[in-house]
Amino acid sequence: MSDSPAIAQAAEHHEHPPYQRHHFETVAQQFDAANFAMWLFLLTEIMFFGGLFMAYLLYRNWYFHAFVAGSHQLSLLWGTLNTTVLITSSFTMAMGVWCAEMRKKGGLVLCLVLTFVLGLVFLGIKTIEYTEKIEKHHVPGFHYSVKSFVDPASDKEATEAHDKPLAPDMAQKTEVYFFLYFAMTGMHALHMIIGICILGYMIFRAQAGAYTTGHVTFVENFGLYWHFVDIIWIFLFPLLYLIARFPA
Amino acid sequence: MSHISPVLWQFFVKWMTNFALFPPEASTIAPQMDALIFFMVLVSLIGLTIVILLVTSFSILYHKKRHPVAVQIEGSTLLEATWTIIPLGLFLIMFVWGSLIYFRVYTPPANAMNIYVVGKQWMWKAEHPGGQHEINSLHIPVGRPIQLTLISQDVFHSFSIPAFRVKREAIPGRYTSVWFQATTPGTYHLFCTQYCGTNHSAMIGDIVVLSLADYKKWLAQSTSGASLAQNGERLFASLSCNACHNDRPDARGPNLVNVYGSKLALSSGGSVTADDAYLREAILNPSQHITQGYSPIMPTYQGQISEDGVIALVEYIKNLNSNYRVEQTLNTTDLLPEGEGKATGAKPAPAAKGAVNP
Amino acid sequence: MSSTVVALPDQSTARIPKVNYLSKENGLLSWLLTGDHKRIAILYLISITFFFFIGGAMAGLIRLELLTPQSDLMATDTYNKVFTMHGVIMVFLFLVPSVPATIGNFLIPLMVGAKDLALPKVNLLSWYLYVFAGIMVLYTMISGGVDTGWTFTTPLSTHYLNTHVLSTGIAIFIAGFSSIFTGLNFIVTIHKMRAPGMTWFRLPLFVWSHYAASILMVLGTPVLAIAIVLVALERVFGIGVFDPTRGGDPLLFQHLFWFYSHPAVYIMILPGMGVISEVVSTFSRKRVFGYTAVAFSSVAIAVFGFFVWEHHMFIMGVSNYSTLVFSLLTMLVAVPSAIKIFNWSFTLYRGSLTFETPMLYAFGFMGLFTIGGLTGVFLGSTGTDIHFTETYFIVAHFHFVMVGGMLMAFLAGVHFWWPKMTGRMYPEKISQLAAVVTFIGFNFTFFPQFILGMLGMPRRYAAYPPEFQILNVFSTAGASILGVGYLLPILYLTWSLKYGEIAGNNPWQATGLEWQIQSPPLTENFPEIPIMDHEAYDYEWLERQQQREAQSVG
Repeated sequence: MSDSPAIAQAAEHHEHPPYQRHHFETVAQQFDAANFAMWLFLLTEIMFFGGLFMAYLLYRNWYFHAFVAGSHQLSLLWGTLNTTVLITSSFTMAMGVWCAEMRKKGGLVLCLVLTFVLGLVFLGIKTIEYTEKIEKHHVPGFHYSVKSFVDPASDKEATEAHDKPLAPDMAQKTEVYFFLYFAMTGMHALHMIIGICILGYMIFRAQAGAYTTGHVTFVENFGLYWHFVDIIWIFLFPLLYLIARFPA
Repeated sequence: MSHISPVLWQFFVKWMTNFALFPPEASTIAPQMDALIFFMVLVSLIGLTIVILLVTSFSILYHKKRHPVAVQIEGSTLLEATWTIIPLGLFLIMFVWGSLIYFRVYTPPANAMNIYVVGKQWMWKAEHPGGQHEINSLHIPVGRPIQLTLISQDVFHSFSIPAFRVKREAIPGRYTSVWFQATTPGTYHLFCTQYCGTNHSAMIGDIVVLSLADYKKWLAQSTSGASLAQNGERLFASLSCNACHNDRPDARGPNLVNVYGSKLALSSGGSVTADDAYLREAILNPSQHITQGYSPIMPTYQGQISEDGVIALVEYIKNLNSNYRVEQTLNTTDLLPEGEGKATGAKPAPAAKGAVNP
Repeated sequence: MSSTVVALPDQSTARIPKVNYLSKENGLLSWLLTGDHKRIAILYLISITFFFFIGGAMAGLIRLELLTPQSDLMATDTYNKVFTMHGVIMVFLFLVPSVPATIGNFLIPLMVGAKDLALPKVNLLSWYLYVFAGIMVLYTMISGGVDTGWTFTTPLSTHYLNTHVLSTGIAIFIAGFSSIFTGLNFIVTIHKMRAPGMTWFRLPLFVWSHYAASILMVLGTPVLAIAIVLVALERVFGIGVFDPTRGGDPLLFQHLFWFYSHPAVYIMILPGMGVISEVVSTFSRKRVFGYTAVAFSSVAIAVFGFFVWEHHMFIMGVSNYSTLVFSLLTMLVAVPSAIKIFNWSFTLYRGSLTFETPMLYAFGFMGLFTIGGLTGVFLGSTGTDIHFTETYFIVAHFHFVMVGGMLMAFLAGVHFWWPKMTGRMYPEKISQLAAVVTFIGFNFTFFPQFILGMLGMPRRYAAYPPEFQILNVFSTAGASILGVGYLLPILYLTWSLKYGEIAGNNPWQATGLEWQIQSPPLTENFPEIPIMDHEAYDYEWLERQQQREAQSVG
């Protein structure tokens, strides 16, 4: 791999930074291994979400009209806002990683706090959206109602989208759309919550100077995780919010 | 293989059956499948023998006492190629041969007699077109192709007749089918082979293959009076299907005479052959299967009709070649008091006189 | 000792090295909070053995019930729970972690020349997740059991059962993460922590097999996780995802479930194949014939293994044309396994063979896995699958590959590396007897089941038609012999911990970095990272090494 005599020497004289674990020969190897491990972990997450995307593929193919009607129930405003919030938080996270590498403690803490706040904003907007769904009885399994779909005139969003009334059996299939909506955004939100908790921990540690002494592994790998959660949303947004919004 | 030497084949099969290593061959596909099975057994035996011979002979020849110094050999591309290509070739033969048999089993001939089977926890209900109903048994004539149209009322079940070498899953929500032609009168095992809960092992029965004369006798004595199609006709009227599906000029739904088996153009753009599955879906999820030129106003009957009811309706539509009796029932329902003969779907059925609701 | 390959130190003066990973620290916490991959391997070994015997007890109950055609030993509901627990425990709590989490954990760092796995804390977390999953399963059993079958098919598991589906689902979900973290650790270690000079093609084939299995673990298990989540949501909230009356598709569950569960069987068998490569090579004193072919076959099995899952669904009303695709791919995935069997056979050619216990188990593996694998081809061909699927033929097929194959490989590995892990030898004669008893018992138990399947006896039946009884009695008789065969190792391996002969560094005169260090190894494995300057299975290098040592001592 690398030059063996140097490794042997370094190992012998225990010349390594305090944060280097004893089973690694060099810091570079440790960083490399942790980074690779995080990419692999994200690969497993892709496979995990993949199952839901498969279900989405199948049911959108079968019940397209129901998916259109369901999608029109989502607020384009909140969705776009959330997308912007998340992309911005990815930017602040990337800036945070740069600050860590440049050993700027103040900058790092600021960026992490911004990311944290933006994450909370995202969850806040999601809460607003979920509340709307609950009020309209669009939650599968909890007194689900198809009134908005068989009678669009009675529903604000459906009227705005100029939806035509659905036949009752197709209207019932909107339940499938909403189950996918809640499962996919809910799973995404769960990953956001985990990320935000870790961010909270990181802010304390960053303030104590843990990441600005050259040991940036944790920040960098968390950055990868955060970007991944962002990318999942980038897929969820068009799939859930943008079905036949602007027909030709 | 059976036409290579019918005498030897029959002898071999009888021997295997009598030693209970083998179920009887009681259908036309059974010998074909057994031929492939024997080929596979033969190949496996040869393969296993080769491996055992190699290992045993090498163990004897190269025992440390006999051969104290090992010779380091890297490998041999020729050998690798040999034992890659030969197994692959044999497996591909089995793939092609097996696929042919598979397609044969699951492609019923056009003249097959259709029997519906509904699986439910924990019994099989067979419904003959003539109205005969059986539980956990199936009477069929010898020498005629029989198609089974299967569905489950609850969980996955699997309809298995080992003596015929056929098996098919009964799935909730869609029809599956399998066909066979029995060759020997007798009684054979029927098993449910997909774990379905507490009494899975009790969901067994008999397949009774009768000679044609005996079968006719059985049909006559087991009929409940009304055939499936007649039951379907009754349902067709009582659920007010006739209100839209008739041949009046202002009919709101397509005419169903001779629709079975025809190619329909759908309003979504594609076209579909109106088979059993389509008819069932059109009753339960109509808005996805609207014929071109008609509005999506048909209510769904999901939850209001059992699988037996759907089967009766499908059988009725299959045999529908004239609207004469449809017209008669319409005229009758005209005379009925309000509230009777109306479907109870999400949308109220329009008045039978043909008035159009906006 | 029955053979001369074993070269033990002079037993009158032999002692276990004073400083080793077992003696380094004492006390329960030093074990429960360890990062040492070797200690974690021992923790796993103890836990999976515990669950193996519980699953085995379930198997015993199944075979006892099946002695008679009626469902008379226990209520049918109980029988359904018993075979479900047998399947869940054996698949998720024994077979999936068996070789990777015990032998793999112990040996991968040693074989690549590293001081530990890349992520020791994740390794420990992996064990705790396993234990948590095991406790959930025990909780399920104690509070009444679950009777979905290990495949928890919907809608049965979501709408038609009142048993503890949820707790079992959670257990399997957690066990899945344990598996993912183990696989992740292996992949990172093999990529990033090989010693200088250790190129990919100098790695032992054991490492290649584990690498392939780890890819399957990491990519396949998450799909099982989402399948379980969907079943749980359906069960708890009634969302309708698998309910046909609400637009759902019960076949979607089948696809998601088998997308993992087919690669899962390769997760189970590949590490065992890795063990066989090591054992056959060592006891023939020869490099494995066709090293490159065996290495690439492992990866080929892993890659192809992802694309054959529909062969579990051939009769379920899937498109006939799709079955063509999956049947063809199934035939393709069978070929690399055949290649391996022939390569191992030819490793014996012109070798210098001895027949210690690991070698006996390896021979058992080769014979039984050949039968099991070939019967897989019977099932991969769609036509014959119609007759054989869902019968005892399937049960026999997977027990041949899993028990006749994988379990034998696991026992081979435990015996082979027992001297390295404990510093002591197991007693040879009784272990050879146990191997033979296991082989005989196994064949008596499972071969009749092929015939039962041919006759049409369905699986998961508590009661059956009387004409199947003779074969069932045969099978149960065999199971009792098999039970003895599995009990013996527990007894004599435990005995050997105190009374076994001292093994020394390399009792088998094997190549491989793990045999060049003390037994048991130091906590840090190597005092300094070795430099790999020879090929794998280089017996000529070993000879030169030993001559050098003899010269320097003499």
